[in-house]
This record gives sequence, C-alpha cells and structure tokens, in this order.
Amino acid sequence: MSRPLLRVEGLRVEFNLARGVLRAVDGASFDVQPGEALGIVGESGSGKTMALRALVGLLPRTARIASGTVEIDGVDVTAAGEDERRELRGRTVAMIFQEPKTALNPVMRVGEQIAETPLVRLGLSRRAARTRALDLMRLVGIPDPTRRVEAYPHELSGGMRQRVMIAIALSADPKLILCDEPTTALDVTIQDQILKLLGALQRDLGVSLVFVSHDLAVIAQTCTKVAVMYAGQVVETGTVDAVFREPRHPYTLGLLRSVPDFDMVREHLSSIPGSPPDLASPPAGCRFHPRCPFVQDDCRGAPIPLIELGGVRATRCLYHERCAEDVRREPVIAGA
Amino acid sequence: MSLGAYVGRRLLHLVPIALGVTILCFFLIHLVPGDPARTILGNQATDQRVALLRHQWGLDRPLPVQYGKFMGRVVHGDLGTSLFYGVSAGRLVLQRLPVTLWLIGFGALLSVLIAVPLAVIAATHRDRLPDHVVRAVPLVGLGFPPFWVGIVLLLVFGLHLGRGFPVGGYGNGFTGHLHSMFLPALTVAFGISPILVRSLRASLLEVLESDYVVTARSKGLPERRVLGRHALRNAVISTVSVLGVNIGYLVGGTLVIEQVYALPGVGQLMINSINQRDFPIVQGVTLVFSVMVVLVYLLTDVAHALLDPRVRFE
Amino acid sequence: MAVAAEVVAEAQLVEHRRGFRRRWYRTPSFVAGVSILGMIVLAAAAAPLITQHNPTDQDLLHTLAGPSSSHWLGTDDLGRDVWSRLVYGARTDLRVAFLAVLFPFAIGTLLGLLSGYYGRWIDVLTNWLVNVVVAFPFYVLIIALVFALGPGTRSIYIAITLVGWVSYARIIRGEVLVAKRRDYVLAAKAGGLSDARILFRHLLPNVVTQAIVFAMSDIVLDILAIVTLGYLGLGVQPPTPDWGRMIADGQTFLTTHWELSTIPGVAIVITALGLSLLADGLADLLRPE
Repeated sequence: MSRPLLRVEGLRVEFNLARGVLRAVDGASFDVQPGEALGIVGESGSGKTMALRALVGLLPRTARIASGTVEIDGVDVTAAGEDERRELRGRTVAMIFQEPKTALNPVMRVGEQIAETPLVRLGLSRRAARTRALDLMRLVGIPDPTRRVEAYPHELSGGMRQRVMIAIALSADPKLILCDEPTTALDVTIQDQILKLLGALQRDLGVSLVFVSHDLAVIAQTCTKVAVMYAGQVVETGTVDAVFREPRHPYTLGLLRSVPDFDMVREHLSSIPGSPPDLASPPAGCRFHPRCPFVQDDCRGAPIPLIELGGVRATRCLYHERCAEDVRREPVIAGA
Repeated sequence: MSLGAYVGRRLLHLVPIALGVTILCFFLIHLVPGDPARTILGNQATDQRVALLRHQWGLDRPLPVQYGKFMGRVVHGDLGTSLFYGVSAGRLVLQRLPVTLWLIGFGALLSVLIAVPLAVIAATHRDRLPDHVVRAVPLVGLGFPPFWVGIVLLLVFGLHLGRGFPVGGYGNGFTGHLHSMFLPALTVAFGISPILVRSLRASLLEVLESDYVVTARSKGLPERRVLGRHALRNAVISTVSVLGVNIGYLVGGTLVIEQVYALPGVGQLMINSINQRDFPIVQGVTLVFSVMVVLVYLLTDVAHALLDPRVRFE
Repeated sequence: MAVAAEVVAEAQLVEHRRGFRRRWYRTPSFVAGVSILGMIVLAAAAAPLITQHNPTDQDLLHTLAGPSSSHWLGTDDLGRDVWSRLVYGARTDLRVAFLAVLFPFAIGTLLGLLSGYYGRWIDVLTNWLVNVVVAFPFYVLIIALVFALGPGTRSIYIAITLVGWVSYARIIRGEVLVAKRRDYVLAAKAGGLSDARILFRHLLPNVVTQAIVFAMSDIVLDILAIVTLGYLGLGVQPPTPDWGRMIADGQTFLTTHWELSTIPGVAIVITALGLSLLADGLADLLRPE
C-alpha cells in the first residue's frame, strides 16, 4: 500500500470547561489513501466534527489536541508550528462546512471569496484570480457565473451557496477536502445534486475526501471506506460495503436498523434506546454498554481496544460475532 | 431596493420624531415657572416691556396657535430674535456651527483611531493581560466628566508639557484648526472611546468565533488578512451603529468642552445665552443640536446600508 | 380554579426568577465596587466627624493655602477648607444622584411594562416618546431643561427624570416582550389572573433585575450631569458645596493652584469607578448561565 495522504493515530481533543475536561475525541485513528473517500459517521456530539477540525488546526478557542498524531502528506501536523499548518490549509487540505449561509462572509462578493485563495496563496494577479474564480464557478455548475461573481451570499440559494463553498475549497487544487456535513442544511433534491457533484469532482480530479455525516445514505453514496464514531471514539472501521452489509458493532447495527429510507427489507424500525453519554464522564469499559442489547459483564470493566478483523476492518466490540449472527437472522440491506 | 428608496423610507421614519422634537423645544418656554416673559426679563424690567415680549412671543394666545406660529417660523429657518444681541438667532447659530462641526468630526475621528486598535488588541488577546487592561478602559473612562478631562488635558499639554497646544481659540486655516482643535477633539474622543471600545471588542469577539472566519482560516490566509479583511469589516458594521446611537452623547459633550477651551462654537453660544437669559437662542440651539442628531441617525442608516449589503434586502 | 392557577404560576415563577448564581464574594468587580463606594458613602455620612471646619466658613486671611495639619488639603480662594468641601460635596452629589435615579427608574419601568405587555397604541406612543427624547443630545436637553426650570436641585430631578426614563422603558419593554411568551405568564393568563396581578406579581420581579443593573451605571451618568451643571453654575446652588462648582472655582487658579480643580475631579472619577464596578459585578452575578 502506498503512503497514506492522511494518517490519524490516537487523536484526542479536549475542551476545558468549568465543570471539568470534556474529551470530545478520544483516541480516533483512521487513514485516507490518495484518491480515496473516507466517511466518518456518528450522531451529533460523537466528536466527528471536532476530529475533522483538529486535523487542520481549526479547533474552537477552548479546545486543544491533547495527544495523538495527525500526518497530512508526510507532514506531522501536531508537531508542526502554526505557520506550517497554515501552509497546508487551502493548498493541501481544504474544507467545506455544514451551513453555507454562515460559512460565507456576508459582506464580501462571492467572486472575491472564491478568488481570495488564488490571489493570496497562489500569488495570482487580480485578473488571473478573477478568471480562475469564473472557471471554478463553471466547474461546480453555477449558471451565469459572470453575473453571479458579483453577488453577495444572501442573494444566492442554499444550493448555490454550497457550490460556492466547493469552488472555494477547490480554488488552490488541494489533495484532500474535508467535508463537514455538507448537505445537512440543504433540501433533499439539492442534497443529491451536491453529492453527485462531489462524487464527480473526486473521480475527475482525483482528490481525496473525508466526509463527515450522520446520514448513512450520504456516506454510502459518496465513500468507499467508513469509520463509525460513538462518544468520541472510533468504534468500527471498514469498507462501506462490508460495514453496511455486515456491521460488527452493535452501535453500527443500531444505526443501520434505525434508518427508514434505506432500501432494505425489515419488519420494523427500531431506534437505539437511551442517549449518548456525557463526554465529561463517559461510562467505564465499552462506552456503548448502557445502550447495548448484547451487553455482558466484561463490557463494563476495562476499556475495549480496537480489534483487527483483517484488511481495513476493525471493531471496538468484544462480542462482534453476535452482531454478525443478528444480521444473518435479519439482513439490514436488501439482497444481502 | 435601491439606496435612494431605502433612504427615502428611513426619512419617512424620521418625520414623526422630528415633529416630536419641535414640540418638545416649543414646550421649553412653558416649563419656565411663573410668567415666562417676566422670569426671562428679570425683576428690573418694566411691566410694559414684559407685556410687549409676551405679545411678541404670542404667549397670550392658545397653545395650538402658539405651536402653529412656532412651526411656521421654524420651517422657514427663523429661530426667533436674540434678546441680547437683537439679531436673528438662526444667523448667530449658523455663524458658530462650523466650529462645532469641526469639533464633532475631529472628535469622532480621534475616537475611532483610539478605539479600533484597542479593541483589536483586546479581542486578539482574549482573557489575557492586554484584554483585561482594555476591558478596564470603559469601566474607568466612563466616569470622567468631559469638562474635567478638558481641564486636565489643558493643564498637562497646554500649560506644562512645553505649551505645545493653544489653550483656547479656533486657529486659522485647516492646519491651524487641526492644531488648536486637537486638545478639544481629544477630550471629545475621551468621552466616546470607552463606549466604542466596549462594543467593538464585543462584536469582534463574536465575529472571530463565526463560521466565516473559520472558512477564512481554512483558506490558509495570514492571520492579519483574516482579521483585517474578514473580521474587522464585519465588526465595524455594528460599531458604526453604536457610534450613531451615541452621537447624542458626543454632541452634548462638545457643549461643555467648548466652554472649557473657549471655542466660539454653538455650545459656547448656548452657555453664554443661558447666563444672559437669552431664551430664543437657548431654544434655537437645542433645536439645531437635536436636528443634527436626527440627521446623524439618517447618515448612520445610510452608512449601514453601504457597509452591509444585506440591509437593503430586508 | 384561579387559585390553583396562581399556585402553579407562582411555583414556576420561583424557577424563573433570577437569583445570584454565584457567591457575591467570588466576583472581584462586585467586591471592589462595594468597597470603594462603601468608603465614600461612609465618609459622606460621617462628614461632621472627619472634618474640622465648616465647608462654607470663609477665612480670608488664609486663602489658597497649601496642606497643613489644620487644612489637610489646603484652602481655596475664599479660605474655605478643601477637605471639608470635598467630603460635604460627596454628601450633596451622592444624595442628589441617588434620588435623581429613582424617578426615571419608576416611570421608565412602568411605561416599559405597559408598552411591552399591552402593545398597540400605548407601545406606539411610548416608542415615539422614547425616540423623540433620544434625538436630543443628553447634555443639551438636561441643560436646556434646567435653564428653563431655573437652577437648583428640584430642576435637576425634573430634568433627569424627563430625560432618563427612556433607557429604563427600553430595557423593560424588551425584557417583557421575551418574558410574556414564557410558560409562567401563559399559565397565569390561562388561570384567569388579572392583568395587574400578572404585571406586578409575575412579570415585574423577573424583568426588573436588568433595570437595576442599568440603574447602577445610570447613577454614574447622573453624577456627571450634576457636576457638569454645577460647573456651569446651573446645578446645586452655593453655598452648598458641590464637586462641579469646586472645579469651576478652581479653574481660575489653574496656573498657580492646579490641585483645586484636580482634587474634586479625582473624587468624581473614583466614585464613578466604584459604581461602574458595582454595576459590572451585579450584571455578572445576575447573568443567567
């Protein structure tokens, strides 16, 4: 296997709050090969967004990376200084955010915002940067770019705004794009268009994606590999195909069984009982044990390590065989 | 909506306020205890003179008629006749207006020059020493009486430190004004800067946590550009509004400050007229000052619309 | 029925009423503010005990004297003891300022309550009045009003009331608009309680804290207005000592006796700082988390 473009190992992100230290991300490990698309899936509050922000040093003021390594394109980000991290941002790694309405500067024309990275980071002339902005707007499918280049964000629709965000992300030819729930704030029909666009761009430009979402269908549509996060930890990894067909962690299984619009045969929809734990004082042992249908005594003791299952598959469940049995009794995906 | 239509709509909003302002100014005379004409002219005045003044000002007529006459004069720019100088009060005010406008403009400029760097330093060093120091500025600064600040500045810069600045007067020509108005303008700025620093710091902190600043950082822009092009530009919008809202305080401060520095402005005219019990002038100056504030509100709205493209689309 | 609703509403009220969330002594600005202000108020109250001279007694043989054991801060141009005038001045100015803030507080709060709760014409009218008063520069209107009414403390109270109520009305109106959609108000309404009871028993205790916090910083503004009027000769009338008048009197001797104008100014600044700290600390303590 070639050198991964992104390698994350044992990443811990902590918030210092008045009531104590909150570990938003607690030992996340995953990697992304050049041209690959990795999905990170989990409920809100599972730490997936913070993990993504930590990769490029864009954590909120009160958060910090406590331990772990992040390597992007051979550069150790956690050991690097702020200048080196800034050098990576935009040119090697770009980001797309959940809410294009607030992620775009409200008092700057969108053309100016797209042209900014080429102008400042690539050192293009004003004219060349503007031409580049127009090209990018065409590339991401914004109609009538010569007119839209002068528009302010509030004059565009949600879908158009997200296309502008994508154009900004692409503007300095990054190798890796981090997408933080890029379709959550959009209408369903627009969601599909944006996902298709991202898929096409990934295929045609050979850019790698890390795609954070709570929506399993979105991950299935765009990614080849997936990491499932729960309470700050990665609980299961593998190819999308394998994980969704045969989950080896009860949390993944619960997620799959609670999706209504997945094309599958299923007698009844079930939701996971209970709610995610408080990250300032997570449960001992397996963090999912209070909500787990297969829970045993030894799940409550020592922390559970990631158990390698061969290839890229791993799970943080001691009784992953039970998940497999459960799926054999009642498949989660049609035709499995 | 075009800018013109927007300004038109704002103007329409100001009409009832302007009307209320004239009503309040009109009623000033009726606040005077006893017989206003007698009180204003003093005990030495003959009954004949008092009766004449009462008739001149129409104080013997019903209130609505009086107000109608007052409004009729005001819309023609007639603010009455000065009792002391015997000339048009409007002319007297107009003569002295440039000095006051200079003081307000220069003061506002200095206050921005003081407030912006302080707020930027505080916001970029949140919860660290520079921030704590800057946060103490409004706490301490708001308690300084403007006239006393004037006296102290006069004492320190005018009388002791090399007598670098004139202690009174308006100076000649642009640079002359700039030189002799520096201390008065600094005094004005001293009064308004604390408010500006507080609000600009708060809005900068909010902006710095916003999503679009994260976007700007994700582009790998230098922090200076993130701050200047993205954060400050947005934070300034709310600060312009704060400056507009507090313009009344700033304008009112000039009144006393002109007195301290012996500047021949509208404020000094008002104070002198108070000592001379020259009622038409006091009333006229009050009206002119408040019209000035209303106009500044309009100007603030226009500036807001120019700075923030979202405003005109609401 | 109404009684039951009252009990329910009352129970919810207790939950919603904002209390001190933190211990007051853990809020440095509050402690500092209380200490500074406490010392000044104490000095003002104990004025006859800590001064040796009557503040209005003139001693024309010892004018403009420097500090001595008899005159701690020296004497002014009429030979009056500066320390005595400073302490008695605190008495005057603090009393006037604290009294002056009460009327606008009461009137503004009432109008804010009514316009926020009832809306319609009373809200339109109140808003119009607020906008009209705000269009006048603070000092200009105060000075014009005091001029028309004639100098003196009574005029100061009237002028500050006419100008000052707007801030309270604005604050309370905003708070009421938010609070009246809360469950406890809706419950009280559904229970058929009278408007007066809802307004004063249920809404007022919840919205008034913001007005109290503002009142602290408003006193600072009032003190500045009072001394400014005193400086212009329109405020507290002589021979009653007042800091503003002291500064004005001293200004004539600025080149030779700069301390005559500076000392009362420093007293004003320190008093204002105490009040600002107190307001800041109070806001901190009452802020819902």
